[in-house]
Amino acid sequence: MRNVILFIRRYFTFFTFLFLQVLSLWFLYSFNKFHQAQFLQTANELTGQVNGRYKKVENFFALGDENRRVHTLNDSLLNLLSQQYIKTDTTRQLVRDTVPSDTLNKYRRYYFRPAAVIYNSTNSEKNYIQLDRGAAHGITENMSVLNSDGAAVGVVVNVSPHFAQVMSLLHVRQKVNVALKKTGDFGTLEWDGVDPGLLLLKGLPKSVPLKVGDSVVTSRYSFNFPPGYPAGTVAEIISDPGTNFFLLKVKPAARFYNLQYVFVVENLQYSEQAQLDEQTRKRIEDPKRNPR
Amino acid sequence: MSELIRNSIRFILFLLFEVYVLHRVPHLHRFISPSLYFLFILWLPFVVSPRWLLLIAFVTGLTLDYFTQSPGLHAAACVLIAYVRPFLITVLMPRDNSDFNYREPSPQSLLWAPYFIYVLILTLLHHGWLVLLEWMSFGSFGDFLIKLIASTAISLLLIITVELLFPRNMRYRTNVGG
Repeated sequence: MRNVILFIRRYFTFFTFLFLQVLSLWFLYSFNKFHQAQFLQTANELTGQVNGRYKKVENFFALGDENRRVHTLNDSLLNLLSQQYIKTDTTRQLVRDTVPSDTLNKYRRYYFRPAAVIYNSTNSEKNYIQLDRGAAHGITENMSVLNSDGAAVGVVVNVSPHFAQVMSLLHVRQKVNVALKKTGDFGTLEWDGVDPGLLLLKGLPKSVPLKVGDSVVTSRYSFNFPPGYPAGTVAEIISDPGTNFFLLKVKPAARFYNLQYVFVVENLQYSEQAQLDEQTRKRIEDPKRNPR
Repeated sequence: MSELIRNSIRFILFLLFEVYVLHRVPHLHRFISPSLYFLFILWLPFVVSPRWLLLIAFVTGLTLDYFTQSPGLHAAACVLIAYVRPFLITVLMPRDNSDFNYREPSPQSLLWAPYFIYVLILTLLHHGWLVLLEWMSFGSFGDFLIKLIASTAISLLLIITVELLFPRNMRYRTNVGG
């Protein structure tokens, strides 16, 4: 027994080293479960504070650029207002429906919330974006994020009370359902971690007529993203003779280097859709419960 | 200035520089990712015991990890170099001034050539462990070998630049006089 204690005392530094090393690796490999723990949320709050202060300074240098972009977006929205249209038909009387317009609101599908980006990276293979809105402002996981032009940026993966963490499109685990604007055929947008300027679009059949420069928009099959918002443009067509599918390189519509203000979009029917999807899978794919 | 305050300020400066400058600047190439924060561990005083060295390194790595959202990645690499550091210093310390006359490792205390070897080995170990852990989660081995060499080279360049720009004013401690 005494020898054991002596042995441990002698190699105490080595054991400390082993312990810390194993602890680090445990953190690293249990990240998916671990990131929901309170521990990291607290850390998220702390780094969020520092990031927020830094961003305050940085914002000054890009105000002009951002202003111009917000202005163009406002411009396009103003053009959609009904008061911009004149009714030319004066022979018919306009009859207003007696149902108040508020009752239609329960059919609202997407709700937009503005947020500011306080941390952003593009250099890693797994890039995350931090926003200054969190659970206290109604942000939850699986909401999609669009930039101020309306271009797809990423999906919220984790929230703390006042900050939210977004998995950017520039993340090797990210998969977004997108469609070709011209024909509506859909595929999956991914990233291989190589070039932040190019995403990969997989799963488009070769029968689709396609040109370099075609627009890729978010698909109406996506649970997170509202349909029809730009995701990118086709930059290069790689035709692999081995498969029936195109492999496309897509230039992202959002500029990830200078993100400042974004919209967090909530799909109000997300939980219902996800639940239905899961139930269907369970019912069809479990042979015991439902023998055929 | 006391050792504690000096090193605390260094800790903050190195981490802020790493997070807000080196991780912000668009990289020259995807294989070249410079990093400098671990110089903090290389510069810790000689008097810090190996156990404290390990703990400080762990905290340093973990703090950076919280900024980069990869808990454990940098901490593992930092703990590794903190473990190897005392052995390297014993090997590389000049024989003639065996009792430590200097406060911390520097080109003056170890002399330029051994100091360069010290930095080279620890940088290589740090990046090697980091790149290995990244490679195990995804990617091809050839890519990461190139990444290791390129990142080590750019980091060494940065470290040498820092050493030349900020020569640390080392007090020569003797028993004679002040």
